[in-house]
Amino acid sequence: MTTTIEIEILEAIQSQLESAYPHEACGFILGHEHKGKRRITKSIEVENISTENQRRRFIIDPLDYMKVEKLALKEGLSLLGIYHSHPDHPAIPSIHDLEFAQPYFSYFIHSINSGKLTDTRSYRLQNGKFVEENLSVTENKNSVAPDAIIIKTIADRTQQLPLSGGGGV
Amino acid sequence: MITIFIPTPLRRFTSDKSSVIVAARNVTEAIRQLITSHPSLSPYIYDESELIRKHVRIYLGEEDIREKQGTDTLLKDGDELSIIPAIAGGSGLVN
Repeated sequence: MTTTIEIEILEAIQSQLESAYPHEACGFILGHEHKGKRRITKSIEVENISTENQRRRFIIDPLDYMKVEKLALKEGLSLLGIYHSHPDHPAIPSIHDLEFAQPYFSYFIHSINSGKLTDTRSYRLQNGKFVEENLSVTENKNSVAPDAIIIKTIADRTQQLPLSGGGGV
Repeated sequence: MITIFIPTPLRRFTSDKSSVIVAARNVTEAIRQLITSHPSLSPYIYDESELIRKHVRIYLGEEDIREKQGTDTLLKDGDELSIIPAIAGGSGLVN
């Protein structure tokens, strides 16, 4: 399982998640899938409507979800997954993430420590468990091949090229 | 006829179709017809008691059927139902 995200998309997600700190923030990732390889070309920010504890929970309005599904159809994109932040927690799925996990979707989890992105990982549900997938960043927006030019894995990038001053893993 | 919108995670059970057309008078009939034609969807929509799963919402247009008459909500020709899995989560490590 391999997913590639364009750098501009990752930077937009990072900006949203860091701005929302210490609350969790969330959104959707869209793009294309070809022969099992996914490429994220668009993200859509949505509101965290949790009224329980936004530092530890996120809930997406069902109507927001439905609108994103229909937008994806309209634009000829695949809705490939969901992203959310774990403020001051590792980028590891929680029991709450697992409880609501859907098949097929990639789950991007971003660790935000003291307001800065420090780690991003992606998981997919397989046989009722989360399995981490390979996740890479590309700067090549118009590449024909889904992952022709990979500049770094996410882990390498957050260590060596912090997107906006974020710390290492 | 009633159109049932299928969310992306469940389309592998509908041959990648984003909607399924059924003839039904209420929500229960519509969902049962959907399950009859695509039985693999059943565990993702119904729980062990054959009730709509706790984390699945059914919308008629832009209204949650729980705010109407639930699965008894009457349907008319041209209505659109949407199956919407709850999207939620949050931090905290798996034990």
